[in-house]
Amino acid sequence: MKLSPRATIITLLMIGLGAVPLIADGIDEPFYTVLFSRMLILSIGAVSLNLILGFGGMVSFGHAVYLGIGSYVVGIGTFHAVEDGVEWMGNGFIHIAIAVAASALAGLFIGAISLRTRGVYFIMITLAFAQMFYFIAVGNENYGGDDGLSLYIRSDFLGLFDLSNDNSLYYLNFFVLVASLYLTHRLTNSRFGKVIRGTKSNEQRMKSIGFPVYRYQLVAFVIAGAICGLAGVLSANQTDFVSPSVMHWTRSGDLIIMTVLGGIGTLFGPVIGAVAFLLLEELLSGVTEYWQLFFGPMLVLVVIFARGGIDGILVGLDRWWQNYFLKKKAEEN
Amino acid sequence: MNWVLLLEQTLNGFQFGILLFLLAAGLTLIFGIMDLINLAHGSLYMMGAYFAATFTQWTDSFLLGALLALPACMLFGIILETVALRTLYARSHLDQVLATFGLILFFNEFVRLIWGPIGLDIPLPEQLSGSVELFFGIRYPAFRLVIIVVGILTAFLLYLLVSKTKIGMLIRAGASNRQMVSALGVNINLLYTIVFGLGAALAGLAGLMAAPIMTVEIGMGEGILIITFVVIVIGGVGSIKGAFVAALIVGFIDTVGRSFLPDILGLFVSNDVADTAAPAISSMLIYILMALILAIKPQGLFPPKGA
Repeated sequence: MKLSPRATIITLLMIGLGAVPLIADGIDEPFYTVLFSRMLILSIGAVSLNLILGFGGMVSFGHAVYLGIGSYVVGIGTFHAVEDGVEWMGNGFIHIAIAVAASALAGLFIGAISLRTRGVYFIMITLAFAQMFYFIAVGNENYGGDDGLSLYIRSDFLGLFDLSNDNSLYYLNFFVLVASLYLTHRLTNSRFGKVIRGTKSNEQRMKSIGFPVYRYQLVAFVIAGAICGLAGVLSANQTDFVSPSVMHWTRSGDLIIMTVLGGIGTLFGPVIGAVAFLLLEELLSGVTEYWQLFFGPMLVLVVIFARGGIDGILVGLDRWWQNYFLKKKAEEN
Repeated sequence: MNWVLLLEQTLNGFQFGILLFLLAAGLTLIFGIMDLINLAHGSLYMMGAYFAATFTQWTDSFLLGALLALPACMLFGIILETVALRTLYARSHLDQVLATFGLILFFNEFVRLIWGPIGLDIPLPEQLSGSVELFFGIRYPAFRLVIIVVGILTAFLLYLLVSKTKIGMLIRAGASNRQMVSALGVNINLLYTIVFGLGAALAGLAGLMAAPIMTVEIGMGEGILIITFVVIVIGGVGSIKGAFVAALIVGFIDTVGRSFLPDILGLFVSNDVADTAAPAISSMLIYILMALILAIKPQGLFPPKGA
């Protein structure tokens, strides 16, 4: 089997991500496991956003709200498990179940109202709902309010694996990422996914054919929320800390940046974008304290010049590669 | 119920609404005419405050500082439009959100580099720092009253500009049909730059007037930007009248809600519950209002014509 350059790079990226803990342990720099763990978690968030943003054309500016919901489920659960000794509330399976259910419900509520609107109204109303949840978290003094909650234990998976080990958490993140990629792949190639994608390119036509567009979009919105809620569970365990800033509106902006930077509407684009985003942040902030002075304009330039993001560049590389071979063959003949 | 407090908070709400209107008017014009979502509008507000702070230091007079900050803001906006935003008009909303989000990061860092990370305070001139008696012995801070008066005057001038002048006619024409305006031989690029400069000046005016009553700090434009978006969405994007009505409603509900919600909630539930729930609920009020309005009227209170 011959792989194109783009496929090779993406395969290497995924294999590389899978091998990070081994390499980090090998060179005795466990910090990298934590850094890449964050990349994986945000990748999951970006992959879920891509489902509605990239494939469905719904520009949600409040996607971080589900990260927040997932995080707070873990935060509140472990808080009661530690303070009141309620053991089942520290259970990771229960965390996941509740976080996914709560995020899906929130998605249903937000989507049901937001999807009645279009364009800029949709962007702003999703932002407004995210702000609502943000202020609920800020105002909730019982669970830390503005200052947030520190987690003294991580989700307990009944001895199946031990999350207090950063490597186990890393592989759990990796597994969830791969699973959500697979789900996205299956979804977008199914009949359901084709309706969603068709709606992005021409909503009027899909309606005329007879598809209940609103319902399809709502289901996609809910699925995206549920996956992102799961990322929130992982995020809380990763940082051992939950605060309203998880769902600050700039977080939602970051998720959009990652998705677009990597390549919107492509399967692996959000992963590439999340990795690139955090690497850039890490590198630039190592060089100068004022790293956003460079990051901001870079973003503008990416938007103006690099349509299709990094994945778009890879596609261009593929095309160049193919032409190169065709030319070579022509010369041989 | 404390009637004096209610009156005072109503005036505060009115004053906040006026500030929101100054921001919303520019934003809604820029959206209505150029079809541009400008997240960096809050940065213009921030720049207005910082310019005013610096010029006040230089001239030792807030009035002079404010008068200098205004054209500075306009110039700043014009440069921003010509250098960065012009290329974004034809792009998708997503691209615009992303690029202007990048600009916010840039401006926040830029301000931190130039003015430092610590917030600034602008001292008020003596004539304005006191309070004046309205009636029945009710006193109100003079400067807030100035904000209200200046805001209303600006709104009136804006109304005259948009409905009575040639430029205003072009702006209205641009808002309803851009292609037609440019096909008729109007220099649409110049019109865009003028509208953006006008919007920047209005945002700067809001920023410099807010500066003495709030701290001048990095990121001060972001919180108010989101509320401004709520305003223009409630009012109907592109409508100045809608922006005015919605700004006053939002300013009133936000301000009065914050001070009276604990009491109102206290009528229904126990005081403890009311005291803990009220701060969260009062911050959410305007978003709830927006969700309700959009659920009923997805295009806002005054939807743009032809949309």
